[in-house]
Amino acid sequence: MLIDFFLKLKSHKLPVSVKEYLTLLEALKQGVIGQSIDDFYYLSRAALVKDEANFDKFDRAFAEFWDGVETIPGIDAQIPLEWLLKQAELSLTEEEKAKIEALGGWDKLMETLRQRLEKQKARHQGGNKWIGTAGTSPFGAHGYNPEGVRIGQNKSRHRSAVKVWDQREYRNLDDSVELGTRNIKVALRRLRRFARQGAPDEFDLDTTISSTARKAYLDIHMRPERRNTVKVLLLLDIGGTMDDHISLCEELFSAAKTEFKHLEHFYFHNCLYDYVWKDNRRRHTERTRTWDLLHKYGHDYKVIFVGDATMSPYEILQPGGSVEYSNDEPGAVWIKRFTDIYSKCVWLNPEPEDIWGYRQSVNIMRELMGGRMYPTTLSGLERAMRALAR
Amino acid sequence: MRFEGSSEYVATPDLMLAVNAAITLKRPLLVKGEPGTGKTMLAVEVAKSLGVPLLEWHVKSTTKAQQGLYEYDAVSRLRDSQLGDPRVQDIRNYIVQGTLWQAFSADHPVVLLIDEVDKADIEFPNDLLREIDRMEFYVYETRELVRAKHRPIVFITSNNEKELPDAFLRRCFFHYIRFPDKETMERIVEVHYPTLKKTLLREALDVFFEIRDVPGMKKKPSTSELLDWLKLLLAEDIPQEALRSKDRKTIIPPLHGALLKNEQDVHLFERLVFMSRSGKQ
Repeated sequence: MLIDFFLKLKSHKLPVSVKEYLTLLEALKQGVIGQSIDDFYYLSRAALVKDEANFDKFDRAFAEFWDGVETIPGIDAQIPLEWLLKQAELSLTEEEKAKIEALGGWDKLMETLRQRLEKQKARHQGGNKWIGTAGTSPFGAHGYNPEGVRIGQNKSRHRSAVKVWDQREYRNLDDSVELGTRNIKVALRRLRRFARQGAPDEFDLDTTISSTARKAYLDIHMRPERRNTVKVLLLLDIGGTMDDHISLCEELFSAAKTEFKHLEHFYFHNCLYDYVWKDNRRRHTERTRTWDLLHKYGHDYKVIFVGDATMSPYEILQPGGSVEYSNDEPGAVWIKRFTDIYSKCVWLNPEPEDIWGYRQSVNIMRELMGGRMYPTTLSGLERAMRALAR
Repeated sequence: MRFEGSSEYVATPDLMLAVNAAITLKRPLLVKGEPGTGKTMLAVEVAKSLGVPLLEWHVKSTTKAQQGLYEYDAVSRLRDSQLGDPRVQDIRNYIVQGTLWQAFSADHPVVLLIDEVDKADIEFPNDLLREIDRMEFYVYETRELVRAKHRPIVFITSNNEKELPDAFLRRCFFHYIRFPDKETMERIVEVHYPTLKKTLLREALDVFFEIRDVPGMKKKPSTSELLDWLKLLLAEDIPQEALRSKDRKTIIPPLHGALLKNEQDVHLFERLVFMSRSGKQ
């Protein structure tokens, strides 16, 4: 019973196990639900899926199994055609429908949609013809064409008409690239390292017992409390090409600030040279010599660079290459000094990983960092923290 | 036993189904969701509506799985032995029962809440596998097996700070409490403040969802914060016009401190509200 359904979930790469499948069957046997398919959807989800990040995958697998709908290559991976049409129908008001008549009628619009769906092979955004998001074509979401057919925008209030799993409400939970402050905090937490340091103010039961047993009189032992002792030096690239990533850097910074007790941060521009600064508004008056940084913060600090490493290769490799002032030593020398002193050292790059290969400076910087460059996605951040904790 | 929501807790159909599946099959229910969406309250309300006692075990970063079963109080025994107390002969006197033991030994089924399981050490859930699955454990000091007389209804909440091990997850039902939409939110508010004026509620909800939609917010306000805010609005008797004021000085919703908990957010919000409202005029 339902073995095909189970296999379908497996083929969608959902981590389902036989035990969970048997639990589902047991629940069905015990009559937890009635005959309704919606109930079955909820029950099977509660029994088989244990992570909200997999809910979207489950929704898609469920829809595929129960409707047998075809999937279209192209727009947004896999949206059943039927769903698109139904959704479009629901999103339109009477007036909008009247306007569509002006354009040649509903059927013609749908016919055009079908034709374009067939022609279109890739995901599309912007523009004025193809189906995608944020364009002026009659098809797609968040666009400006009043006759537009809203696809995948899902603002409908007619809950009962659209099937629950077809709404794909959990889609953004699936999105592993989305980084919120909370997600960042959770990722940074991997870097926790507890140690006992400071004043002994906690009663140490185990040592007291063993010591008392050995000495035959009550011998009280105290120990310091366990604290997170990880020390972090955060160096942020600022200005120029980094302007695109300001909000991301802000989030990263505010998460890091609450997560680490010993956190020092400094700014640099494009590449590390003789000076860094703490306050970007007074960058020319109040700056710190990079040598002082190396002297002040011990080698047990973990260093995190944040920057897109996108610049002219000369800025890294040549003396005097800096866009700020004339530097005597090339940036590469400074980076090397850091990696030599701080063995735990990573570079976080907000640019997507797949375009790094096309930029010479990113490759150079990555090589200088010994390959320890990670994207600022959740998984990238986790990889970076694991590299730092190693 | 079936859970149908209660007069103080609005449960969506999918939540109700997950709870009932857990009750019928006597399997634990793992509940996740945004902070403040009522994960902990769920166990409280289920216990109340089923009319059974609730046992709570709040997990901290230092909590060990063993503490939920029992603890051997070596220090008291040591002290008693030095004072020559006859109680010292029986080790049973120094075994302190934990929450799980209490739940297992109860004479009637109970609701057991294991709150914030993700706060504990990574090994914590693994150490509870047999206890959760078979509902029994072994006391080494007295060499006895404690087995549940009635399998308790277990609720486990998590805030996603740590991944839970697969072996643990396989033994649970899972439910993710979504952030409620406007209609559900209205029902929730009605349950808590039935006297609230309809129009005031609508205005307040508009403001609330507007705030939640502000991009770049560090901490989005949650259901419990909305309820706090409404309580304040009611207590202060704020007229509904004040919520939609176009006046420069009162452009920020009154008592917004209950909703926004971060001074950067307040600042950002002030700027955005000012920009959008002055643009509308």
